[in-house]
Amino acid sequence: MNPDVLLELDHVTMQFGGLKAVADLSLEIGRGELVGLIGPNGAGKTTVFNLVTGVYTPTVGRVLLEGRAIQGLRPHAIARRGITRTFQNIRLFASRTCRDNVRIAAHQHSGASLADALLRTARFERDERDMRAKADELLAVLGLTEWADTPASDLPYGQQRRLEIARALAGRPLLLLLDEPAAGLNPQESEQLMHLIEQIRRQFQVTILLIEHDMRVVMGICRRIAVLDYGVKIAEGTPDQIRTDPKVIEAYLGEDVHASPEAAS
Amino acid sequence: MSEFLQQLVNGVTWGSVYALIALGYTMVYGILRLINFAHGDVYMLGAFFAYFASRALGAATDPNPGKALLVLVISMLAAGAVGIVIERFAYKPVRKSSRLSALITAIGVSLLLENGGILVFGSDPKFFPQIITARNIPLGLGVTISNQQIIILVVSLALMFALRFIVLQTRVGKAMRAVSYNPTAAALMGISVDRIVTFTFMLGSMLAAAAGVLVALQNPKIEPLMGIMPGLKAFVAAVLGGIGNIPGAVLGGLVMGIAEVMVVGYVSPTYRDAIAFVLLIVILLVRPAGILGKATAEKV
Amino acid sequence: MKHVLGIVVSLGVLVALDIVLPRLLNPYLFQVLVLCGINVILAVSLNLVNGFTGQFSIGHAGFMAIGAYGSAMFSLEIGQRWVTTLGALGVPPVIAQGAALLVALLAGGALAAVAGYLVGLPSLRLRGDYLAIVTLGFGEIIRVVILNVDAIGAARGLPGIPGWVNFFWVGFWVLIVIVVSRRLAASTHGRALFAIRDDEVAAEALGVDTTSYKVLAFVMGAFFAGVAGGLFAHYLSYLNPNSFTFLKSIEVIAMVVLGGMGSISGAVMAAVLLTLAPELLRPVKDYRMVIYSLMLIVLMITRPGGLMGSREIGWPRFLRRAKAEHA
Repeated sequence: MNPDVLLELDHVTMQFGGLKAVADLSLEIGRGELVGLIGPNGAGKTTVFNLVTGVYTPTVGRVLLEGRAIQGLRPHAIARRGITRTFQNIRLFASRTCRDNVRIAAHQHSGASLADALLRTARFERDERDMRAKADELLAVLGLTEWADTPASDLPYGQQRRLEIARALAGRPLLLLLDEPAAGLNPQESEQLMHLIEQIRRQFQVTILLIEHDMRVVMGICRRIAVLDYGVKIAEGTPDQIRTDPKVIEAYLGEDVHASPEAAS
Repeated sequence: MSEFLQQLVNGVTWGSVYALIALGYTMVYGILRLINFAHGDVYMLGAFFAYFASRALGAATDPNPGKALLVLVISMLAAGAVGIVIERFAYKPVRKSSRLSALITAIGVSLLLENGGILVFGSDPKFFPQIITARNIPLGLGVTISNQQIIILVVSLALMFALRFIVLQTRVGKAMRAVSYNPTAAALMGISVDRIVTFTFMLGSMLAAAAGVLVALQNPKIEPLMGIMPGLKAFVAAVLGGIGNIPGAVLGGLVMGIAEVMVVGYVSPTYRDAIAFVLLIVILLVRPAGILGKATAEKV
Repeated sequence: MKHVLGIVVSLGVLVALDIVLPRLLNPYLFQVLVLCGINVILAVSLNLVNGFTGQFSIGHAGFMAIGAYGSAMFSLEIGQRWVTTLGALGVPPVIAQGAALLVALLAGGALAAVAGYLVGLPSLRLRGDYLAIVTLGFGEIIRVVILNVDAIGAARGLPGIPGWVNFFWVGFWVLIVIVVSRRLAASTHGRALFAIRDDEVAAEALGVDTTSYKVLAFVMGAFFAGVAGGLFAHYLSYLNPNSFTFLKSIEVIAMVVLGGMGSISGAVMAAVLLTLAPELLRPVKDYRMVIYSLMLIVLMITRPGGLMGSREIGWPRFLRRAKAEHA
């Protein structure tokens, strides 16, 4: 097992009835990398995320984290092993404050038992103070401090996306999966997001796998990109290689895969 | 052996009744994802409407099939109207609310019909008049069937075929199916979802009322709370067959009817009601989608 | 230190009220008060399941029944003998009975909790509506089973249960269930429950073991329902399966919904209101259920958030209000 490989998909197939959402996909993500996963709509990208996080169990193949198989484990167990994610359609805890959203994600690192909570022991008080402090730290990094006590549903869209990221980081993940974090953001916000993702990678020493349609974001920050089409990996390489790969261009129906504002979808 | 066949005959007869009621549950759930708790009470109303219609038409003093049929039709139409009113005033306003809100509204409507019934009809049971003279017909092998049972089977079958025709062969039926697959898409295709929902409620209520009339023919004692248990059991039947699935409701109804009759005949009458819940728990643990149902996964 | 003082003061207040209230209130009002307390326990405990965790449980009466019959049988077979023995040793009846009652209630609650676990574990992976139906079915099965077991009275009912319940014990358990709920809500475990309610998929993806937590809420809710049942049994001294029908489950749901799902203070207020309402509506007894059902429908249409939405009244304000009500 190569210690530099954090996540490995080993000939993974996901079949729903007659449809192969993901077909014989093999992919390695190295520690500390920032890898992009792109492809036309319906290519199976979110399915890959669901396979990695345990929402689906692959029909064939294995998913390995640090060399150990995790397919078949329940999502919360996989989260505890260090893989967290954001969602394509925002799935915040709408009635909870921003701080609570982040604190819930830190739950797995809480040391206080139910008995501690009911009896309000010293350990409980300490634990709560810690979690609150850590949550506030994360909110600060993501620029959400002023919203800490606001219900998540009251946040502007851009802040909601950031909160999803803050939440995913609270679990202190080894691997962070971001599902279209730039969706719905204007060019300035996308630019800020790009810098933020890079900053997160460095500051939290976390490996990132990113699904995105905004080509400027993908080309801007990803060192390596994998391209899916109809569940099959059709290309893998650096942004320059992908940009000029004829199969990729064809998959996007002849659209220019340049990192230019007009073509960014 | 003959006892077994007799029980089978009884079971299939009861099963047809459950199937008629279950169809209403399944259609409404298929379209609205709502468990219409009040459906069993529409069954009760069907029996009462028929009771009053029989008295008004003098169908008991001079029993003939024509009058009996008229009583059935009147009851079905009246119940259909009730279904429309319930949908319009109680369920439509909560269609956009959470599922729990809709569930509680349904429970509220059910309680309203039951207690309203007690208030209006009185809680003491009424005796449904004999609008068909009872006769027993031997089938051989020691099995007899009453003409009431035959009527139940024939009318149920006729109604089920009629429903099948509507759902599969008519435009409105196609619209119903479209709405149950995807209401948004159906609306975008120009289907008035509101009208289809109303129509579905009307159909379901008519079938439940018919069931109520048929049962009253055989078991003449009717009272305002008579719909609770049959309603629950028919719901279990719908779940058994696959809720939202129309043939499933028929299958579930038959299974429920036969199971119940067999338990009463061979085990003990006191467990008559319990068998429904045992079946429910078994199916939900083993195959929640039901016998004919398809499991739908939530998109993440 | 702060905690110990709080406990002593609360217990002192309860003892004081226990002595004073029976003198101030006539037996009828006292009974209403006791029933209020029992309903509060039922509503706040159901709020853990339906309100905090967002699970549709409509079989709460079943757990209440298990606790009621379980604790009653315990007292009849074992508890009563203890009291006699302790009495012979010179222990004052109030203390002996209180101890026996406590053990009986814990036994009933534990039995109900076990049932909650057995029902919850397989059922909680079902989608909302289905869970509602399973819990409904479970409640009915319990009732049918009770109807058929002669040893606990079947349809005739179970008479002769020692009447050890006084205001102290009702108030005690009301306080316990409220304190437990509040402390749970303000802890990481409570936050996990709320997360499950808001978005179960996201909660699971972020490390919350949703199944374990749903079962936990279920078991805790069932335990307190069992305790409420035990209090009910030892107050009325008689049990009948008809007290634990689907309608009772609906009444408790109505309390939680009226109060605002997730709001503890809402559940308390609604429980009190809905216990008092039938008494206040006695003059129009025949119309009571019709009014009740209309209320449910209108409430869902106009204000599904209930009285409090998911907000809470602060603890000090509530205490002041509660004291004013019972003085």
